Amino acid sequence: MVARQGKLQATAQSGSRFAPGEAVRVAERPALGHCRTPWYLRGKTGVVASVQGIFRNPERLAYHQPGLPKRVLYKVRFEQAAIWDDYRGHAGDHLEADIYEHWLEPGKAR
Amino acid sequence: MIHHDHDDHDHDQHDHDHKHAHAPPHKDHDTGPVGAYELLEEAVRSLLIEKGVLTAQEIAAQVDLMDSRSPALGAKVVAKAWVDADFKKRLLADTRSALAEVGIDIGTLADYRTVENVPGTHNVVVCTLCSCYPKLLLGIPPAWYKSLAYRSRVVVDPRGVLEEFGVELPEGTEVRVHDSTADLRYLVLPMRPKATRGWSEADLATLVTRDCMIGTAVPVVAKGKRRAA
Repeated sequence: MVARQGKLQATAQSGSRFAPGEAVRVAERPALGHCRTPWYLRGKTGVVASVQGIFRNPERLAYHQPGLPKRVLYKVRFEQAAIWDDYRGHAGDHLEADIYEHWLEPGKAR
Repeated sequence: MIHHDHDDHDHDQHDHDHKHAHAPPHKDHDTGPVGAYELLEEAVRSLLIEKGVLTAQEIAAQVDLMDSRSPALGAKVVAKAWVDADFKKRLLADTRSALAEVGIDIGTLADYRTVENVPGTHNVVVCTLCSCYPKLLLGIPPAWYKSLAYRSRVVVDPRGVLEEFGVELPEGTEVRVHDSTADLRYLVLPMRPKATRGWSEADLATLVTRDCMIGTAVPVVAKGKRRAA
């Protein structure tokens, strides 16, 4: 993990809870209605690749609300083997997804 | 009709053109019964017009704008990034402003990011939740990009999917899948093929297909097109 940190974007958004390189776990909880956190990533642990900025909350926007407060959005990098038990590709393969801060909790580095 | 030079013709067509109120335009392929979503779209559209929220002209202008966007736009950007290292740096750091430099306005609905293929890393883009796609740069997405098969398989078995697309990656290359789950759209910046030294930007752009910018293809120089360096 430490070796890979050099490749991650070094800048952090002010007010963001997690910094690039930090391990994060996607909350494993159900959601009613519109939600942009894919099911297949819930409960999975990855690493913050970069902080993407702050955006209106799509879970509110979908219901004609202003989507406030805005949420910090992270690009989270997962090892494919950490997502799928039977991943058939190579050990070095990754998947990245954009996850809002309220769906992330501190994760234990793998 | 002015081009009629004798009048013993059936004039139905003539009457039709001028007397009928213009019905909403129907698509060429619309031969079967109208589906529920088509009815819904038509109802919402006519309500928006009736209530003065939008005009028919504004809708037509937006359709024209979307139609004017095609992968050629993205290919131009990629080719420029291949020949201009500073532009490439700006494209990777701030895609929105770099695109604005070349006259491409990506609007305000979503922000854009560029991910670069480099030796050792190949990027491929998907939207597992719906069909997010950099439309204002690449135009309307292909049907397969929106298919459940692509969206569900490329995250689980990206190498299998890439193989089906005919992508051969050098040994030891990492495959990195980008699931566009939020307000960001992803453009893949493919690697410039080796056999293109001295090519013009315009010639380079012809190598950059739509799939190259999604990550389901890599630019290939056809044998006959190779030139002496």
